[in-house]
Amino acid sequence: MVNLIWVFLAVSGIAYAAFAGTMDRVNEAIFATIDESVMITLSLAGVLVFWLGLMKIAEEAGLLTGLAKLFKPIVKRLFPDIPENDPALGYILSNMTANMFGLGNAATPMGLKAMKEMKRLSGSERASRSMITFLAINTSSLTLIPTTVIAIRMKYGSVDPTSIIGATILATMISTLAALIIDRYFYYRRRKTGQTL
Amino acid sequence: MSIWLIPGVILIVLVTATIKRVPAYEVFVEGSKEGIQIAISLLPFLLGMMVSIAIFQASGAMDAALGLIKPLTSLFAIPEQILPLALIRPISGTAALSVTTELIRTFGPDSFVGQLASVMQGSTDTTLYIITVYFGAVGIRRMGDALKVGLLADLAGIIASIVIVIILFG
Repeated sequence: MVNLIWVFLAVSGIAYAAFAGTMDRVNEAIFATIDESVMITLSLAGVLVFWLGLMKIAEEAGLLTGLAKLFKPIVKRLFPDIPENDPALGYILSNMTANMFGLGNAATPMGLKAMKEMKRLSGSERASRSMITFLAINTSSLTLIPTTVIAIRMKYGSVDPTSIIGATILATMISTLAALIIDRYFYYRRRKTGQTL
Repeated sequence: MSIWLIPGVILIVLVTATIKRVPAYEVFVEGSKEGIQIAISLLPFLLGMMVSIAIFQASGAMDAALGLIKPLTSLFAIPEQILPLALIRPISGTAALSVTTELIRTFGPDSFVGQLASVMQGSTDTTLYIITVYFGAVGIRRMGDALKVGLLADLAGIIASIVIVIILFG
């Protein structure tokens, strides 16, 4: 499905440009974006190197299993196919905690590491049940304090820049809950139709 | 308070490691090497997706698609100005942020549209980016229901933020 979306975006864009006469802008955008994606990867590399190094220390010091133990009751229900005390749970929790506090830069490396650990568990190139649940939680956003939005609101002279925090938390809770329900629905549907994962 | 968060985490990790006699620096270097690997394996996925989205946007096709869907919003009494944001949010994080900024600038941060854009921006995330990055970095090729689940979760988040903002600020 991602294949289809990817091809569709490029092909329909080029076809549209042919009729709209915007091919020059398409050319410009292609090369600008190639540069931009290398820049993003590079800046991501810095953050990844730092946080994965720090998290390795946390793992060796037993902090990640401690974190996993603390939230065991909740996480066991969310990810029933990950064994107790597996480091994957610690990384999942670090990712979720960082997301909640709006530390997107710290959340991504832990999320990637969590994915890697989940792949180690499943040993397959196919998305496992826990991976899909993890992505569902991530895409529905866990932000408690939307710092970027608050900054933009301040810049444009809001009387009360933080007024949206309550509504954002409420919307986030509902969307995460909905994501989990949708995830479970698809899981049981997969099981019913006899797919193994 | 948030400026204490990251230094605080570093402090806790390093102090605990020292108490537990973990050779912190060596372990740090060992763990960070993995970061370089992940970043490099990420580039093809990220670059490919970003170029495709850029073509779609720069050609004007995205604006055209938005125009097509406009009649739908008036049906549900949703301010049509919010529609571009709702559609772009799952596809491109940077585009969504620029739309949010534009809406807040044009209508004012404390207007209904401004509040709605703020909440929507904060309560959803860029599904396509997350899926590209997370699956790309670990080499998952068969994504199962992940995209469907992610996009439906976005839809739920968008509807939730509209309803909540109407109740709280409307």
